Amino acid sequence: MSATMSTTPPQSPGYQLPKEHYLNATYGIRSWLLTTDHKRIALLYLASVTFFFFVGGIFATMIRIHLLTPQGYLVTPETYNKLFTMHGVAMIFFFLIPSIPAVLGNFLIPLMIGAKDVAFPKLNLLSWYIYITGGCFVLYSFATGGLDTGWTFYTPLSSVYSNSAVTPAILGIFINGFSSILTGLNFVVTIHTMRAPGMTWFRLPLFVWAQYSTSIIFILGTPVIAITLLLAGLERMFHLGFFNPALGGDPILFQHLFWFYSHPAVYIMILPAMGVVSEIIPTFARKPIFGYTFIAASSIAIAVIGFFVWAHHMFLTGESTYAALAFSLLSYLVAIPSAVKVFNWTSTLYKGSISYDTPMLYALGFIGLFLIGGLTGLFLACLGLDIHIHDTYFVVAHFHYIMVGGAVMGYVGGLHFWWPKITGKIYPEFLARLAAVILFIGFNLTFFPQFILGYLGMPRRYHDYPPEFQVLNVMSTAGASILALGYLLPMLYLTWSMRYGKVAGPNPWPATGLEWRTPSPPPTENFEVTPVVNWEPYDYKNRPDLGLATPTAPTLAPAHGDD
Amino acid sequence: MSEHIVSPKLYLLIFLALMVLTGTTVYAATVDLNHYYRGLNVIVALVIAACKALLVVLFFMHAYYSSKRTQLIIVAGVFWLAIMLSLTLGDYASRSWDVH
Amino acid sequence: MHRTGELSGQFQTLEQQKDSATLGMWIFLATEILFFGGLFLTYTINRHTYASMFAEASRTLDLKLGGFNTVVLIGSSLTMAMAVWSAQVGKKKLVTLFLILTLLLGCVFLGVKAIEYKQKFDENHVPGLNFQFEKNADQATNAHAQLFFSLYFGMTGLHALHMVIGAGLLVWLIKQSMAGRFTPQYNTPVENVGLYWHFVDIVWIYLFPLLYLIDRH
Ligand SMILES: [Cu+2]
Repeated sequence: MSATMSTTPPQSPGYQLPKEHYLNATYGIRSWLLTTDHKRIALLYLASVTFFFFVGGIFATMIRIHLLTPQGYLVTPETYNKLFTMHGVAMIFFFLIPSIPAVLGNFLIPLMIGAKDVAFPKLNLLSWYIYITGGCFVLYSFATGGLDTGWTFYTPLSSVYSNSAVTPAILGIFINGFSSILTGLNFVVTIHTMRAPGMTWFRLPLFVWAQYSTSIIFILGTPVIAITLLLAGLERMFHLGFFNPALGGDPILFQHLFWFYSHPAVYIMILPAMGVVSEIIPTFARKPIFGYTFIAASSIAIAVIGFFVWAHHMFLTGESTYAALAFSLLSYLVAIPSAVKVFNWTSTLYKGSISYDTPMLYALGFIGLFLIGGLTGLFLACLGLDIHIHDTYFVVAHFHYIMVGGAVMGYVGGLHFWWPKITGKIYPEFLARLAAVILFIGFNLTFFPQFILGYLGMPRRYHDYPPEFQVLNVMSTAGASILALGYLLPMLYLTWSMRYGKVAGPNPWPATGLEWRTPSPPPTENFEVTPVVNWEPYDYKNRPDLGLATPTAPTLAPAHGDD
Repeated sequence: MSEHIVSPKLYLLIFLALMVLTGTTVYAATVDLNHYYRGLNVIVALVIAACKALLVVLFFMHAYYSSKRTQLIIVAGVFWLAIMLSLTLGDYASRSWDVH
Repeated sequence: MHRTGELSGQFQTLEQQKDSATLGMWIFLATEILFFGGLFLTYTINRHTYASMFAEASRTLDLKLGGFNTVVLIGSSLTMAMAVWSAQVGKKKLVTLFLILTLLLGCVFLGVKAIEYKQKFDENHVPGLNFQFEKNADQATNAHAQLFFSLYFGMTGLHALHMVIGAGLLVWLIKQSMAGRFTPQYNTPVENVGLYWHFVDIVWIYLFPLLYLIDRH
């Protein structure tokens, strides 16, 4: 990357913030806590998921410090069990699942489809309060004895034997489920009924398609985890026997119910991130997206096929050989729509005039990391190989490549992409690119060694390990500290930019979506007049109004900021 | 979204059909159908319940007259339930096939 | 669902508003299918494993009360449907009447359910509270019978909770209906609460044979 990287987008000089926008329309704490504006609710979520990211991050830090030495450096074995459990619960249920949908989805869906708000604004606010209530229960569990069952809450450990604060945690996640359900319901209705004139289904931004698919999982998957955890909670409170073999119950049944939701939950995390990437790639390649219909359809396909594969988590826990065979085969199928996306993004890049602005760095990083995460998923879907690597660090590395390398990269990339829209300000580009690179390096150094560790046989969830694994573990911890820096940097400069950043203007990148046709930050009612859409999505070729150099001839110089 | 108004007569007819089916299902439970085919009792009970549910959905809930979109949501809900039940039960049913 | 027939700010037209509310209600019901679905799956697996025990435990339930309640609940679905019809054709008095009838039938159902629960309590058939299936029953029998009753209370309890919520919604509707708010142009709340009420009815249509009618021969 050259010196040109610190250039700010060309349109920013001379822009003024709009006089009145959603951030300054009303003042005071009440105007935030009682808001029904989807944009403000998105910011409420932004603050709260960031909080949980820190909670989960602190546990992760302690885990990595503990694993510096083979005997374990920091905590007792019992505490170690709590650390990885609470890390998982905080990150999965209270950060990853709500992150992109509730923050970016809430902010963007109405803007992208040209609506004044979501279909049910009060319900939207209620979702946030439910999330906070669930979060309080879980924090209460963390503070009063912690949680040591693993984030999977397998019975009868969780329902009978664990001495930690399982009941409040289960209640918290049960409550939080309704936040997901209501958010999904709101999104689906909004996308169906609130589109602006001319915004046909196949003119929807791919981010909206991704959110729609995610909402399907919210609506049809979340109720199952809710009832399952409720049953496990009742079993614990009243000594019932649904999942307790000592009382005739069936622990495998719990796993079926649990994974029926929790495998698709992975797609709740990754699908929206794919949606973000589908927005960023054409913007910074200055080209219409390649294979729009296929990318849209593959989102739906992933959401649907994702419900047919859950028992690949149970190959070694007692399901029948024949069921395992079927689930293994079905799991491979998910690779098809996933690959469709990757190929289409790559084709979009082909002969594009690419500029490496910060969001693009995240999107490119996402493609690489998701590729590794996805392909190692195929290793795990393979019955024979899974016997060897099941419950090892290979699995840990695999799902961190998907969830952190994929979902979190997408989330942070999306935050950077839409930050000028959300705040009206531009962050320092050089620092932002630096942070993206630091994140990428830190991430790989943290998690790639874990593939090797797992392949060599280091089991997950153990507080100690044989001395020959120490080098790789130290590498991983070193990577984690770089990773932490990569997360702290954006926190700092994004916050800084809210006050001191340059004014962005309505469409700084520039991009084609409807959300860029209104001031930044947008007014409370999103658009001054209801927009009418008469253009195709990502049509960078026919948009002279964007002020891009004509991108048709590949020999021409890139639009700006290219290396 | 034109509204279809179902006549009270049809509602009453549906109600009567539901009553008849309720009577049938109670009666069927008192007969040993399992004697003819293992599990026939529960199959009959479930088929009758499905018929009753269908009547309620189609007419009391107007799904028969609703948009394709509404019908699709109903089908999706039932289909997802079917995924969960069938794949899980498939695991349980095929365990006895295992050859060791 | 909106308190009045007026247009909420986020919508452009009343039709869009109604369309959204109806769609939202149907999606919510799809969620409910899966919510109850988890219980039904748990029931299925356990009934399959402990078939004879489940049949034996089922026979201790009061078939007369269960059957009576089935008739009551289906009857309440009829009155609910009639309330929707009355609103659609603009008979304001009838709307209120049918809503009150529905509420009454719902309360009868819950009352009978309470009597049944009381009986189970007296028989020591409530899981977790000194559960004992029969005098001198051995541990395995007790454990497996307790599975049946855990599911019985879980499923009927969750269903009853839905009834209570439905009754609350009916009270809310009756208040508005008495103020004459529902017209052929504006009756979405009646229609949507109706959808919910019918759904709860359907759940019972399955619960009744699955819990009360296991091999009654
Ligand atoms: Cu999985």
